[in-house]
Amino acid sequence: MADWLKQLLPNVFTYQARFVTSLQQTLEMMLRSAVLAFSIGLALGIVLTVTRRGGIRPNAVVYRLVDTLINIFRSIPFIILLIFLIPFTRALTGTAIGIKGALVPLVFGCVPFYTRQVEAALAGVDPGKVEAARAMGSGTLGLIFRVYLHEAVPDLIRVTTITLISLIGLTTMAGAVGAGGIGSFAINYGQNQNYQDIVAVCVIILLVFVSALQLSGNALARRATNRALFRRARGG
Amino acid sequence: MIEIRHLSKSFTLKDSRVDAVRDVSLSIEEGEIFGVIGNSGAGKSTLVRCLNLLETPDEGEIVIEGRMLSFRDGSVFSGEDKKPTGEKEKAALRRSVGMIFQHFNLLDRSTVYDNIAYPLRYTGLKKEEIDARVRELLELVSLTDKIDAYPSQLSGGQKQRVAIARALANRPKILLSDEATSALDPDATESILRLLRDLNRRLGLTVVLITHEMAVIKAVAQRVAVMENGKVVETGDVYDIFTVPQEDITKRFIASASPLSKIDKLIAENSPTVHTGPGELLVRLSFRGKCAGEAAISKISRDEGVAVNLVLANMEELQGRSLGELIAVVSGGEKNIENALNYLKEINVKVEVLRRG
Repeated sequence: MADWLKQLLPNVFTYQARFVTSLQQTLEMMLRSAVLAFSIGLALGIVLTVTRRGGIRPNAVVYRLVDTLINIFRSIPFIILLIFLIPFTRALTGTAIGIKGALVPLVFGCVPFYTRQVEAALAGVDPGKVEAARAMGSGTLGLIFRVYLHEAVPDLIRVTTITLISLIGLTTMAGAVGAGGIGSFAINYGQNQNYQDIVAVCVIILLVFVSALQLSGNALARRATNRALFRRARGG
Repeated sequence: MIEIRHLSKSFTLKDSRVDAVRDVSLSIEEGEIFGVIGNSGAGKSTLVRCLNLLETPDEGEIVIEGRMLSFRDGSVFSGEDKKPTGEKEKAALRRSVGMIFQHFNLLDRSTVYDNIAYPLRYTGLKKEEIDARVRELLELVSLTDKIDAYPSQLSGGQKQRVAIARALANRPKILLSDEATSALDPDATESILRLLRDLNRRLGLTVVLITHEMAVIKAVAQRVAVMENGKVVETGDVYDIFTVPQEDITKRFIASASPLSKIDKLIAENSPTVHTGPGELLVRLSFRGKCAGEAAISKISRDEGVAVNLVLANMEELQGRSLGELIAVVSGGEKNIENALNYLKEINVKVEVLRRG
């Protein structure tokens, strides 16, 4: 079995160690940028929901500012954003390459997309629920945390899954400009050395990874629909 | 008591201005069930949402729960000295007035327990106190066995019960009901109306009930205001409104709640059931108050020699007073018919001739 595999995928075995390292790099890039991007995106999505016209704290200035910034960054293709941000990244982190250098463009590339997704998820919360909570005396924070975020959990899980998957795509592109990870591994060995077996294995691994993300995201979202995700002790 | 004085509220939709509530003055007594009826867009919902400041009126005054609120240029002022009212004060007012909605508006991801506990949390109450209060409320709305259920597992009527329990959590003296039975089937509607009447009696709860169905007003309200185009066109005791409606819109609402309203269709279709031969009359007789108890029909057919052929008849009880209506074809000669109708008018039966043969 092992021999047969070795014959089929000779280069994968030759560069086994690098392959594993590049997978680890991809995961690390994803996790670190996801934590940052999701915190910022969630906050901005809430800001948009709250300040839009007819929102719970309408504020045209704040809304338009955030809205415009997001539109600008969303319209720049990621590969161009990568180059565009190099000076800024260098100033911020001291380097524009490696995982550290990739973090800034990844966050910039991911936040606008995620913010829009969060905005859509929160817009799906029935305004009647918000109104009822207001009638019970809830203030802005109460409405955000106890109604909007609470009721939107299934949709938030869904959009987070989608964004995570698109983030994988971004990390591989970042690999093209020296960030490392599975993207640069596929380019350096698969493309430049023409080792087709490496490209094929990269594709399979990504396929499995994306499917696993999607399936678990769907399962969690389903679990959270019309019920609490984790049963709390009553009165908690 | 709720006192509304010269209240106005308008909305700007794109370029057009909608005057939702126009110079409305009303007073609602403590402990009564006060109905507000109107077609959709009449402004009744806006009016009631002004009462707990979900909408900020443009102008006017409201006295509610001992607070005097006045409105100018989209701002709220409280007290005789007209201090500007902050968000905290508005939230406090909202907590002292309960509200229920057409679509219940429960949190779908929270259990019945957590939905009812919602308004109690973050108010300084201890966990045990919240627990005890939630159980007490569940008992009040007869839903103790659903404590751990989610809204998706409940029927419409049960959801509205949870919403009522939630609205009463902070022991308000006033409950605003915005079309609370409009999304329910007839059985559930009846049980929710019974519950509201029961809460009104047991807790002395003042209920302001908005609806577009006269049947709902008839079933529970003591007094009613009829709204049209943002204005209150008629106010009064439900019995009086039913027996002597003044405005056209009121008459239409009453007709919609009366089984006798299908007579217009029968007449329009020239149905054989309303056929009037030469000299015969199709009449509508309304018996109200004392005369509703009299055997007037037997009397006229015996004493005046007229034949009374019943087409439709209905009898209702409104707050313990009866209200009877019947539609009949009367025959037996012009003179006799005239005597019979005169006798009926004498004993205060309202006689309306719908068609002459």
